[in-house]
Amino acid sequence: MKYTSQSVALPYFIAAIGLFVGQIVFGLAMGLQYVVGDFLFPEIPFNVARMVHTNLLIVWLLFGFMGAAYYLIPEETETELYSPKLALLMFWIFLIAGAATILGYLFVDYNTLAEMTGNNILATMGREFLEQPLLTKIGIVIVALAFLFNISMTMLKGRKTVISIVMLLGLWGLAIFFLFSFYNPGNLVKDKFYWWWVVHLWVEGVWELIMAAMLAFVLIKVTGVDREVIEKWLYVIITLALVTGLIGTGHHYFWIGTPGYWQWWGSIFSALEPIPFFAMTVFAFNMVNRRRREHPNKAAVLWALGTGVMAFLGAGVWGFLHTLAPVNFYTHGSQITAAHGHMAFYGAYVLVVLTIISYAMPLLRGRAANSQRAQVVEMWSFWLMTISMVFITLFLTAAGILQVWLQRVSDTPMPFMQVQDQISLFYWMRLWAGVVFAVGLVTYVASFFVKGESKPLITP
Amino acid sequence: MARNSGPETTARRLPGDLAIWFFILAELLAFGVFFVVYAFTRANHVELFNAEQLTLDRTSGAINTVLLLTSSFFVVRAVQVAEAGFSRRAAPWLAAAFACGAGFVVVKIFEYAEKIGAGISLSSSTFYMFYLSLTFFHFMHVILGLVIIAAMWNGARTGRYGPGNMNGIETGAAYWHMVDLVWLILFPLIYVMR
Repeated sequence: MKYTSQSVALPYFIAAIGLFVGQIVFGLAMGLQYVVGDFLFPEIPFNVARMVHTNLLIVWLLFGFMGAAYYLIPEETETELYSPKLALLMFWIFLIAGAATILGYLFVDYNTLAEMTGNNILATMGREFLEQPLLTKIGIVIVALAFLFNISMTMLKGRKTVISIVMLLGLWGLAIFFLFSFYNPGNLVKDKFYWWWVVHLWVEGVWELIMAAMLAFVLIKVTGVDREVIEKWLYVIITLALVTGLIGTGHHYFWIGTPGYWQWWGSIFSALEPIPFFAMTVFAFNMVNRRRREHPNKAAVLWALGTGVMAFLGAGVWGFLHTLAPVNFYTHGSQITAAHGHMAFYGAYVLVVLTIISYAMPLLRGRAANSQRAQVVEMWSFWLMTISMVFITLFLTAAGILQVWLQRVSDTPMPFMQVQDQISLFYWMRLWAGVVFAVGLVTYVASFFVKGESKPLITP
Repeated sequence: MARNSGPETTARRLPGDLAIWFFILAELLAFGVFFVVYAFTRANHVELFNAEQLTLDRTSGAINTVLLLTSSFFVVRAVQVAEAGFSRRAAPWLAAAFACGAGFVVVKIFEYAEKIGAGISLSSSTFYMFYLSLTFFHFMHVILGLVIIAAMWNGARTGRYGPGNMNGIETGAAYWHMVDLVWLILFPLIYVMR
C-alpha cells in the first residue's frame, strides 16, 4: 500500500466477502427448495430467497468494485484519495441501506414494503433485480454519485493512466445505466426493453471495462510487464467489448415484442461477444508468461488466471450456446440460462473481485503477501469453488437440455411442473455441488485467519 | 501479440498503431459475419431478395464507390507526402479526402430519404432489414472516419507528421481504408449481385 487513503478499501472488501457468504447461504436454501418445495415455507419462500440471492450478489460485487476503485485509483493516479472520510461515510450508508433492504425483504411482506417506501409515488419495484424499494434506489444513486465524485476528483488532481480512465468510464457507465431502474413505463414492451439496460448492459458492457481495468492493474503489479503493453491490450479489449456488447444485448429482445430485426442484430453481435472475453484470457496468460518478476503472492496470480479462463467459459462459451435467435427460441428462460448466469457471474465478476482482494488484502494488512500456509488454503478455496461451479453449471446445463426437450421440442410436450419432477436428479446434484462451493467459501474465509510467517512489506 | 512495442528494427513494420489493427480485425469480423448471414439468408429467399434488390439505387451506390475510392487515394497521397517530410502539404490531400467522404454521406442521406419516403423500414422485409442495417452500420463508420480524417488534417496542418512520426496518420489511414474495403464488398453484395 503506497497511499494511506487506500486503506478505505479494507471495509469495502470485508463487507463484500460477508455479503458473499450471505448470498451463498440463500443460494443453498434455494437449491434445496428446488427439490423440497416447502423448505422454509412460509417464512422464506422461493421468490424471496431468489431476490435476496441475486440482490446480494449485485450488492457485494458493487462493494468489491468500489473497494477496488478506492484501492487502485490512488495508486494509479499517484495521489491520495480526494476524501477518505466521504468514502467511509458512503460505506456505512451503503451497508446500512443494503442490510435494511434485505431485512425488509425477509421480514416485511413485499406489498407492505412497497407501500411503506413510497412505491405509490414512483412505482419502480417488482421487477427482477430491481426489486429494491424506491428509498434504496435513491440511496444507491446518492452513494454512487458521492463515490464517483470522490474518484473523479482524485483522478483530476493526479496522473491519468489508461487503467484509471477505463475504470472510471466503466463506473460512470454503471451509474448512468442504473438510472433506467427509475423508468417504469406502462407499456410492457418498453418496460422490458429498458429493464435490460440496468443489469445486462452492465455485465456485457460497462462492467467489462471495470473488469479489464482491475485485471490489468493486478497483472501489472504481479508480473512487472510494461504498462505500455498492458494498455494496448486494454484498448483492444474495451473496444471489442463495446462493439459487441452494446448491440449484442439485443439478444434479450428476441421475444419481448420488439421488432424482428432485433433477432438478427442480437444474434450477430452477441455471437461476437465471446471475443473480448477470449482476448482477456489470452491477455492474462500472455502477461503471466512474460512476467519479469516472481511475485510472492502466488494466490493472486491464480485468481487472475482463473478469471480469464472462467469468464471466457461462463460468459463467452455458455452465453454463445443459447444466444442465436433460432436456438434461443427453444432455450429462452430455461435452466440453460441459469447455467450461463451462474458461471458467467462467477467467472467474470466474482473472480475478478476476489483477484483484487487477494492481491490487495495482504498489502492492506501490512505485508507483501500472506504466509505460504495461508496461500495454500486460499488456493484450495479457489479450486473448490471453481470446480464446484463448473459442476453446478454442467448439472444445470443437463437439466436445461432435458427441460427444453421435454417441455418444448418433443412431439408430446409436458407441462412445466411435470418436467421439473423429471429433472430433479440434476437439481439434487446441483445442490451437492453447491454444498462443495459453500465448503470452498468457508475455506476462503478461513484463509484470512491462517497464521504463519508472511512476506514482509518492503516500502520504497 | 503486442510485441512490437519495442524499437522497430525489422524492415517489415506494421503501419499505424497495433491497437487499430485489432480494431480493424474486429470490425471486419463483425461485417464478415453479417455478410455471411446475408448470403445464407438470401439463398433461402432468392426471389424476394432479387425483386427488392431492383428497388435499390445502384447509380448512387456507384457514385459512392467512386467517392470512397478517390477519398482513399487522397489519403494515400497524404501519407506519402507526410512520409517525405512535408507534413503541411499533406493537409490539402486530407481535406480532399474529407470532401469525398462528406460527399458519400450526402449521397447516402438522399438515398435513405428516398427509401424512408417510400415507407421502407427495418421491419419491411428481411431484405430491407439487411440493406438498412448493413448500410447504416457502414454509414456510422464513415462518419467516425470523417472525424478521424478531420483530426489528421489538423495534425498535418500543424506539421505533426514526418518520417519519424507517422503513427497517427497511418493509424487513421488504416481505419479509412477499412471503411473503404467494407464498402467494396457491401456494394456488390447488396446492390448488384444477383
